[in-house]
Amino acid sequence: MKHLIFSSLVLMALVAGVPIRNGYEVGDIATDFKLKNVDGKMVSLANWKDAKGFIVIFDCNTCPYSKAYNERIIRLNTKYAVLGFPVLAINANDPSESPGDSFEKMVDYSKKKGYTFPYLMDETQAVAKAFGATNTPHIFVLTRTNNELKVAYIGTIDDNARNEAAVTKKYVEEAVDALLIGKSIPTTKTKAIGCGIRWKDA
Amino acid sequence: MHPQSPNQEIPNQKKRIRLVLKMRIAACMALLLIIPLCRAQTSDLVTLDGLQQLIQAEKEKIQVLNFWATWCGPCIKELPLLEKLQADFKEVRVRLVSMDMDLDPDPDKVRKFVLRKKIHSEVLILNEKNPGQWIDRLDKNWSGALPATLVVNNKNGKRKFVERELHEGELEKLIAEVK
Repeated sequence: MKHLIFSSLVLMALVAGVPIRNGYEVGDIATDFKLKNVDGKMVSLANWKDAKGFIVIFDCNTCPYSKAYNERIIRLNTKYAVLGFPVLAINANDPSESPGDSFEKMVDYSKKKGYTFPYLMDETQAVAKAFGATNTPHIFVLTRTNNELKVAYIGTIDDNARNEAAVTKKYVEEAVDALLIGKSIPTTKTKAIGCGIRWKDA
Repeated sequence: MHPQSPNQEIPNQKKRIRLVLKMRIAACMALLLIIPLCRAQTSDLVTLDGLQQLIQAEKEKIQVLNFWATWCGPCIKELPLLEKLQADFKEVRVRLVSMDMDLDPDPDKVRKFVLRKKIHSEVLILNEKNPGQWIDRLDKNWSGALPATLVVNNKNGKRKFVERELHEGELEKLIAEVK
């Protein structure tokens, strides 16, 4: 019995001492997922056999930063889907915390905005947690290498949320452009102010 | 001798009474304007350097820096917890740091909000561009998501950072952890 108590104490200490990994870092391999799209169909990264990569965007209907970036997100897909890097938008907000982000409201919003890319609901928030998404919009650029999807860029779309005309660094575009010509990405990680993802109460 | 003089005094008296009344009304209106200003905090614009100097200058009290914005639902929800903390704990200094200007250059929106909500805690409005260049300077663990709260004790250098909405009792726990 003493042994049991001691070993469980050691185990607890070990578990407590292990640093918690908060999602992907640049260079990590992304795991595929299966989420419901606004058209009702289930979507996985594996559905795009020919994609060179993805622009995964954790987004939502309600956040003022998402609204400020909405047109820019639509244009990212227009520009890069044809080049092999489609946009995949994922909403992970808990609708009981943020009623404007329910599945029905996602369907309405994507129709109103004329989304040409999937808008997926991460109901369990497992995908947002696996990626380490923290806010909206939060971008993860993935690139296919040896049939695996490697995280190439994590962060914000550009360096000016308020005023697109004053943008000096288009981080996501620079990252995808570099991947398309096989060069190294100038900036692989950025931070920005944004709306924290509305997590379910633990 | 001057039968008209009492009659002349009457309009003069009326004028005087009217003047006094006008002055009283003006004084009342001024008071009405000043009272809410006294009750709620005025909100100062601050640069990141200025904010860091303010944080460092507080040597006595434990500081609770709450990063928020007027558009942020969960920030507004946790605001009463911070206000209550400031009222209940004299050894704590709550500083509400607004991030509104990152999206909207008009600080008066924040000031009006502070007056309307009668916020008593200190409010600072951060006036900086390009958060990518300074988020790490406030805390390396911060992604930039709102709300976020940093508890700092300059006496022993201890600090705690939380990047999510706070619930009842959590602030007291964080303060105990930096003591």
